[in-house]
Amino acid sequence: MTTTSPFLLETRGLSAWFGNAQAVKPTTLGCAANTVTAIIGPSGCGKSTFLRCLNRLHEEVPGARAQGEVFLENGPVYGPGVDPVAVRRKIGMVFQKPNPFPALSILENTVVGLRLAGVRRKNVLRELAERSLRLAALWDEVKDKLDQPGMSLSGGQQQRLCIARALAVEPRVLLMDEPTSALDPVSTARIEELVTELKKEVTVVIVTHNMQQAARISDRTAFFLLGEVVEFGETSRLFTNPVDPRTERYITGRFG
Amino acid sequence: MTLRFRRPEAHAGDLIFSWVLRGAAMGLPALLFSIAFFLFQRAEPAIAKFGWGFFTGSVWDPVQENFGALPAIYGTIVSSFLALLLAAPLSIGTALLLTEVLPRRLASAVGFLVEMLAAVPSVVYGLWGIFVLVPWLRQSLEPALARNLGWIPLFSGPPYGVGMLAAAIILAIMIAPTITSIAREVFRAIPRQQREAALALGATRWETMRLAVLRSGKAGVFGAAILGLGRALGETMAVTMVIGNRPSISASLLEPAQTLSSVLANEYAEAASDLHLAALVEIGLALFAVTFAVNAFARLFLWRRTLGRSAR
Ligand SMILES: Nc1ncnc2c1ncn2[C@@H]1O[C@H](COP(=O)(O)OP(=O)(O)OP(=O)(O)O)[C@@H](O)[C@H]1O
Ligand SMILES: [Mg+2]
Repeated sequence: MTTTSPFLLETRGLSAWFGNAQAVKPTTLGCAANTVTAIIGPSGCGKSTFLRCLNRLHEEVPGARAQGEVFLENGPVYGPGVDPVAVRRKIGMVFQKPNPFPALSILENTVVGLRLAGVRRKNVLRELAERSLRLAALWDEVKDKLDQPGMSLSGGQQQRLCIARALAVEPRVLLMDEPTSALDPVSTARIEELVTELKKEVTVVIVTHNMQQAARISDRTAFFLLGEVVEFGETSRLFTNPVDPRTERYITGRFG
Repeated sequence: MTLRFRRPEAHAGDLIFSWVLRGAAMGLPALLFSIAFFLFQRAEPAIAKFGWGFFTGSVWDPVQENFGALPAIYGTIVSSFLALLLAAPLSIGTALLLTEVLPRRLASAVGFLVEMLAAVPSVVYGLWGIFVLVPWLRQSLEPALARNLGWIPLFSGPPYGVGMLAAAIILAIMIAPTITSIAREVFRAIPRQQREAALALGATRWETMRLAVLRSGKAGVFGAAILGLGRALGETMAVTMVIGNRPSISASLLEPAQTLSSVLANEYAEAASDLHLAALVEIGLALFAVTFAVNAFARLFLWRRTLGRSAR
């Protein structure tokens, strides 16, 4: 079933399990193109699991499975005949802990996705690397040491390298799972700035524990509780005038 | 309030412990030197008589008391490297299968069996070699090799069964469990985030193994291979039983050969003269030197690869 929807990315009744334990209850959400959607909620409520269902990474965990529908640009993400590898090329991901490949240089890390996609020409790779590193606001810091190991960068730089790596294959969506929780305030600010910039290029879904961060950078926010979306709406509205009492309690810091 | 730090010397336990550690740390190199010294001393008559010619001579004739160790050195190095060549892909493949492909339960069962293989005594491998491997080589594999690839010197000559190839295969089987177990630990130590990074970029399962597992684990796998090689170089019993024990250097892998340890094992009990005995001890010295050189070279290589990479 494909109906045209106003959303670039959309879930319908998406739920997820680890073995017999349900981590995400049927969830229906939509993200419009070139917006930032924040996912907030207490620890263990299923935010990461939900995010990892969107690029079909969840199913790589032994015993894990997902059910329901996800659409990217009106095309199915789940279903027979859909190749998860193709999905993941269109939906990039940045993890909580920066994870550049230790054996690869900065340049190699940036273009590794392109290489996987079959791009071989050196000058093309180099050009696209520069483009992605600029997008990730890292170019000026690394342009003179592209051949050094990705691991030689600081944590914040490594995270931006991972963002560049994800952007290099020109995904439609960028998923970010607490991308700043391992970083210092300055690096955090840079990445927040970056996300706002990136909106022009991609649609962002970001999990965060930092409510100020969600308020600063997102257009819409979803509040998860015990595997369920309690409230989903305009960020400014959700934070100033929550409809559900549980949302209000969470954002005013009275639980979780 | 001021913080006061106690100097470590203040603890009697620390002091004793540090001296025990120092003793142990000095003891091992001292032992190594004393072994080398012992070998030198006992090999003295042969060293005096043949000089460097001992290592370049290719005649080994106890009757004429003419001793050259080159065939044995050659046999040791070729059989061990050939074994590594056969065992490394097999072991790395098995380790990948165990960590990346098989479901956890099955993997631990298979992993257990692999580790059991490492516990089989050398002489049992030798028996299996004599009664199963050698006849099969003589009747099936070697005639086929000679028929189809006989024009390559490597596979020419009559099928003896026993010989360099048999020794290399036995050695490969013996070192594969070691390499597999270590490679498996290396792969297991690679964080899941590495694999997820690759998957999230649209890597297939195989690409993920290459990118996140093999490349990250390269140094460790290399170390595993060197440990396997070290074991192959010194392995005695099984090799002696299947290599044919002929002091010759042949291009063909089908020909009988000998290794340093097989010469020692074969002749030590019946060494008639003092010179023969000294020559055998010098063989031991040569084995010591070869193992040492291979390990030192490997370490240097590894050190340059890993440190060269991570140096700022
Ligand atoms: N690999 C796993 N195996 C089994 N259960 C898991 C696994 N990972 C997560 N869970 C469970 O699934 C539920 C949701 O976890 P998830 O990681 O999605 O939470 P989260 O909202 O991202 O939490 P946090 O804010 O701490 O990152 C939790 O109850 C957790 O215990
Ligand atoms: Mg999480």
